[in-house]
Amino acid sequence: MSALDDLDRQIVLALAKDATRNAGALGRELGLSQPATWRRIKRLQSAGILGARKLDLDKEKLGFGVTVFLGVKLATKGRVSLEDFERAITAIPEIQTVEHVLGMYDYRLRVTARDISDFERVLRRRIMTLPGVGDVEANVLLSEETRSGPI
Amino acid sequence: MKRNFANQWVCSFAFCSIIVRFMLDDTDRRILRHMQSAPSLSTPDLADQLGMTSARLSRRLDRLRKTGVLRGVRTKVDWRALGYEVEVSLRVTLDKTQPRAFDDFIEAARSIAEVIEIQTFLGRVDVRLSVVALEMVHYQQIYRDHILSLPHIADIEALMHVARIKSDESLPL
Repeated sequence: MSALDDLDRQIVLALAKDATRNAGALGRELGLSQPATWRRIKRLQSAGILGARKLDLDKEKLGFGVTVFLGVKLATKGRVSLEDFERAITAIPEIQTVEHVLGMYDYRLRVTARDISDFERVLRRRIMTLPGVGDVEANVLLSEETRSGPI
Repeated sequence: MKRNFANQWVCSFAFCSIIVRFMLDDTDRRILRHMQSAPSLSTPDLADQLGMTSARLSRRLDRLRKTGVLRGVRTKVDWRALGYEVEVSLRVTLDKTQPRAFDDFIEAARSIAEVIEIQTFLGRVDVRLSVVALEMVHYQQIYRDHILSLPHIADIEALMHVARIKSDESLPL
């Protein structure tokens, strides 16, 4: 896809904040017709720039008070063990994201729990029992903000 | 007198959060579970799947929004599709002898456009920045010109992003 122009950028920023905005309302704001805005949204979607939608829920209000990031180093390596580990780890509902990284850890996991003792249960019963798990480092999330990035 | 007033405020705050938690019933959870797994569904389609009328679902959704449980629906921006091939997780330890270390660092990090996420932690790492770059040369330039000049850094470790295996960030409702 060719480079984004200013209107594309504004559309991406607006939909990143609120995915439910329709082409008509968004177009009025940007001084574009509804069909022109719709075509741009479709183009950004088919180029893969506008990705999946994500529900923004207040996790504290839903009773999930603790988010912990785990750095996991595998004790044994090789293609099979990576696949086994990935399959097992993605099946745990409390694990929200799994990222394969290079550096001092092999995987970075985002874990959500009701409280610290709930987290301990997930860590001891579900994560530490997985085959191949070696060194694990935990950091408790205090705050996070998503930036609009280089658009 | 002042203390009383503060106590009262704390109590009513705690009371509110109890109400919010009690207010979520099984139907609310079911709605949120379905929305999490298919966030693009329209209200009528979602109502169909849940076996409820659109009007009833709309009322439920309004209430979830009003109480702040449902803050909205976002679209994820795919940085790779925009040409940003490199993503690095920078784990920063700050010089905590500086009382304003966190504030100064975060404020300065916000001014770097390629920083897409800022998180603070309790643990061995103080702050983590997600940085995207077009390619390695570009990353090196951001790292040298912008990251290393951020204030109060005691130590930095980098994790290079290879792949996202799971990224839906769903809550186990």
